[in-house]
Amino acid sequence: MMRTDLELIYRWVPEKAHVLDLACGDGTLLAALARNKKVTGYGLEIDPQGITACLHKGVNVIEQNLDGGLSNFQDDSYDLVIMTQALQTLRRPDLMLDEMLRVARECIITFPNFAYWRHRVHLGIRGYMPVSKSLPHAWYDTPNIHLSTFNDFEHLCREKGLVITDRAVGIGEREGHWATRIWPNLFGEIAIFRVGRRHR
Amino acid sequence: MSEIPTDSVGLVSPRTVHFDTPLALACGKTLPAYDLVYETYGTLNAERSNAVLICHALSGHHHAAGYHSHDDRKPGWWEAHIGPGKSIDTNRFFVVSLNNLGGCHGSTGPTSHNPATGRQWGPEFPMVTVSDWVHSQARLADRLGIERFAAVIGGSLGGMQALQWSLTYPERVANVVVIAATPKLSAQNIAFNEVAREAIRSDTDFHDGWYAEHNTVPRRGLKLARMVGHITYLSEDAMGSKFGRDLRSDDLNFGYDVEFQVESYLRYQGDSFSTAFDANTYLLMTKALDYFDPAAAHGGALAPALAPSKCPFLVVSFTSDWRFPPSRSRELADALVRAGKPVSYINIESPHGHDAFLLPEPRYQAVFSAFMSRAAEELGLEERT
Repeated sequence: MMRTDLELIYRWVPEKAHVLDLACGDGTLLAALARNKKVTGYGLEIDPQGITACLHKGVNVIEQNLDGGLSNFQDDSYDLVIMTQALQTLRRPDLMLDEMLRVARECIITFPNFAYWRHRVHLGIRGYMPVSKSLPHAWYDTPNIHLSTFNDFEHLCREKGLVITDRAVGIGEREGHWATRIWPNLFGEIAIFRVGRRHR
Repeated sequence: MSEIPTDSVGLVSPRTVHFDTPLALACGKTLPAYDLVYETYGTLNAERSNAVLICHALSGHHHAAGYHSHDDRKPGWWEAHIGPGKSIDTNRFFVVSLNNLGGCHGSTGPTSHNPATGRQWGPEFPMVTVSDWVHSQARLADRLGIERFAAVIGGSLGGMQALQWSLTYPERVANVVVIAATPKLSAQNIAFNEVAREAIRSDTDFHDGWYAEHNTVPRRGLKLARMVGHITYLSEDAMGSKFGRDLRSDDLNFGYDVEFQVESYLRYQGDSFSTAFDANTYLLMTKALDYFDPAAAHGGALAPALAPSKCPFLVVSFTSDWRFPPSRSRELADALVRAGKPVSYINIESPHGHDAFLLPEPRYQAVFSAFMSRAAEELGLEERT
């Protein structure tokens, strides 16, 4: 059983794709993709437990901090770059987006939607920084230094002239309730975007 | 040593195997016949699919694990990682560890008898390279009936041999582990080696390498070489926390005798090495280090040089290693990625410098054993209980 966002990404990744998975965690996604879809590639991770779990699964894992960029990966060397739940922890998410689309023509990104209604209740009504399943940390120890909303991300993509080829939201264990399709910025807990390079 | 720890392979004894098929070497010379001394730990399975080859570093040898007798003060040099339940689990794997050609621990080398001249080989022992070692190791595998190694593993110079295995015999190795190594030496690395060699050669007891015929040993040269080498094996922090500026006595004595603890330590290391290691072997092995550069044949580009490799790699470095720093392992891992080869790269936090590859460290052990147990599963190896 995979996390909702991973389930969805799993379906989006084409067979035999060459994939770079940024912040690959324990390698669950890459292992499933390799086993069932003949996907090849590498995961980048810095968490020691995650790295060891990857090795146990036979996932190729490179210990690398994403804030250092992807300069060791060549232009167009992958079909797809995936980054789940890490964008909001990076020093410069916008630059990482450029890097991801340098290495591959397409990328899939998931992040916690800060405008999710429960988060709005926390902040707007109760007056506290939101704490939820997707944002489990307190304000003082959170690794999430660049929180954004579904709308914010779309805005950034528009500014950069990037093409959003697909978008979805996850809520808890489920995805795709009708309300999330109409008001994703309000009802989506996790934002999932599939982004391509700008049209030339 | 009276009680042998239960996680040790226990009492082991070396064996020697003789080869009389000539071995053509990279330098153009041919070794007509030679011996290799080796040890094994664990049991070779019926399919002969669970063998692991251990390649040793500059001053290493075949005695990687276990004890030769109950009186041994110390076990083999990689006891931390070879044994039942350890990273290289002898309940699963059959471990082969040899002394390389040109060595001074039983395999044919400069201290061996040269039948062509009737003298010791001495300085006339042909220069051997990492590739030559790999060829000789493959012949040892043939003799042991091992068609394909489950893994070839090495640290430092041993890691270079493991890497070379995947290029020279890609069909004969299922996994490669390269620890604290580099795809080639830097100018600084070569410079340190040259200081060590010059220390040996300039010792008046060296006699152009014929010291044995003069019944002497270039002890001062070897000692200096080891002292310089030893500094590069430790990190500044490790030396600082081990010795600081501690003095042997309470006061400064304004002389050139040993005053600081670090001086005492280095002299002790140098002295014990100078009586245990052969000078010609040291010269030869440092040259093998200097020459190693698989990318050279590809105009310096490493990724295309790695094209023949077919197996998964584990590349490990240590944060405080400045002899072969993490950036050098990273270079190898990046080139493997560019070549599209399966590789995992881990940088272990350690204060112990280059020597960290010899020591136990929880995270090092965790990643090493994770990779090895995955390798065992892939090969369908069962645990022997």
